[in-house]
Amino acid sequence: MTDKTDLSRRHFLVAATVTAGGAGMVAAAVPFVASFRPSARAQALGAPVEVDVGKMEPGALVKVEWRGRVIMIVRRTEFMLGKLAELEEQLADPASSASLQPGYAVNPHRSIRPEFLVVEGVCTHLGCAPMPRFDVAPADLGADWAGGFFCACHGSKFDLAGRVYRGVPAPTNLSVPPHRYVAENVLLIGSDMGAS
Amino acid sequence: MAAAASDMVDRLGRSANSLKRWVDARFPLSKLIREHATEYYASKNFNFWYGFGVLATVVQVLQIVTGIALTMNYKPSAAEAFASVEYIMRDVEWGWLIRYLHSTGASAFFIVVYLHIFRGLMYGSYKKPRELVWICGMFIYVCLMAEAFFGYLLPWGNMSYWGAQVIVSLFGAVPVVGEALAEWIRGDYYISDITLNRFFAFHVIAVPLMLVFLVVVHIMALHEVGSGNPDGIEIKDYRDDSGKPIDGVAFHPYHTSKDLVIITVFLIVFAFVVFFVPDMGGLFLEHANFEPANVLQTPEHIAPVWYFTPFYAILRAVPYKLLGVILMGLAVLLPFFLPWLDRSPVKSIRYRGWIFKLALAGFAVSFLVLGYLGLQPVSDTYTLLCRLFAIPYFGFFLLMPLYTSWEKPGPVPDRVR
Repeated sequence: MTDKTDLSRRHFLVAATVTAGGAGMVAAAVPFVASFRPSARAQALGAPVEVDVGKMEPGALVKVEWRGRVIMIVRRTEFMLGKLAELEEQLADPASSASLQPGYAVNPHRSIRPEFLVVEGVCTHLGCAPMPRFDVAPADLGADWAGGFFCACHGSKFDLAGRVYRGVPAPTNLSVPPHRYVAENVLLIGSDMGAS
Repeated sequence: MAAAASDMVDRLGRSANSLKRWVDARFPLSKLIREHATEYYASKNFNFWYGFGVLATVVQVLQIVTGIALTMNYKPSAAEAFASVEYIMRDVEWGWLIRYLHSTGASAFFIVVYLHIFRGLMYGSYKKPRELVWICGMFIYVCLMAEAFFGYLLPWGNMSYWGAQVIVSLFGAVPVVGEALAEWIRGDYYISDITLNRFFAFHVIAVPLMLVFLVVVHIMALHEVGSGNPDGIEIKDYRDDSGKPIDGVAFHPYHTSKDLVIITVFLIVFAFVVFFVPDMGGLFLEHANFEPANVLQTPEHIAPVWYFTPFYAILRAVPYKLLGVILMGLAVLLPFFLPWLDRSPVKSIRYRGWIFKLALAGFAVSFLVLGYLGLQPVSDTYTLLCRLFAIPYFGFFLLMPLYTSWEKPGPVPDRVR
């Protein structure tokens, strides 16, 4: 035994205490951080929704709610589908390569069946609700407007496949939620049996 | 009779004195009062710009007191929140007054704080040795923004709802983890009852605790280095024989009695707004918020409350989401670095050259114009204007190391005028 302080022993003990205490604090933080995530009830309320699309008129729009988001279903007419190909040059992501959608919606019409478009009514910029504007060449949107969705919050524009125009704040096309047909004309939104 | 009364007063005085001695032996009460009031010397040449710090404290107390009163009748649930605010407005005795004091207080807080910050820019309050006072103040400002944002969701009006939706979506712009982060903040797949409940917790306990702590640190740091003054010189450099700064006067009673006048004028204006124009024509209380939150219907035109609009204008002016979020964040963060961006040896605008004056004027004007533009609907002209006015805003900070080292400042007097 000497009276001198054993500094290396002291440094080791300080480092060991800080490490053990730090690890304990991180472990103790886990429940608090995790408690912020969607609860079991919130997850259960986010279950899939069934929609009968058989009675929709051509050109009509139906809105349903899934997980607090508006899901817009449009039964597109031949005229509307015809316009899609003409617009590609004005779009930021016509091939949907940078956008969020299941694999079965990566095509020019962005849907399983060309007739029915299923997209989230949530602007990919900051989450406002884009308005359906199916009228062609209205006064406020200009003569070029071929019908689509317009977000009044920050001026983002989308075509009738939810594809975003170039030069607007929204970075990507409107997202397509997971969905599938459970019968001839019955859509189930929120589930695709893992097809995505 | 008179003799008995004076004897009474005498005995009372003696017992008060002995109580004081008893406390002082156990807690530094007299010491604190001396250090922070009766023997805290601040420059004798303060102008009205030096009143906004005190006013910010007054508004903070007002917000805490009215906030506590509102909490007693408010219900933080999606089903009840909107109705409980109406209940406060209509059925609770004086509830309308307490709510209008709180809502007007929020806007007043920002007005006072913006003027307080502008004072700091004019007179170089951020410069050595007051860097930590400044940085701590900026943290207070960021906390205040968080406090205002969380509080704005609570009435559960439609603008509350979609405002929160937009701001939470900003976190979604973070690469890779963005969506998970936004979901973690909301606690749900959308802004729901769960989100409202946690924002309530942040608004009434977490952030206010942090704010009070930061304000104490802000004042402690200030009283350690001493208050600045409009001449931007250190009064501590010239002391009398007893060690007290010659150009300083005691905070109490001299500055406190002057502050009472400032507080009175402020309260007159404040009361006028509370009683006659509590919504300030839609600026302090937005019209779309008189409708309950509707998950399926965005208000025609979303704009945050006026105090956020300069930053919102910057966000909107950028066509790329992530870049917009980064620039907006930068607009808030840049002032933190002022103590090191400013290379001038001179603190006060009084002795600076014309380039700094021009840069500061450009910054102030761009802040106001961006604030106006952020309230307007989107149009190509406005977007162009936003981009144009963002230049003096960012230029003020980013070019500061250049123009403050180029310019030859005027001579600074030794003593305050």
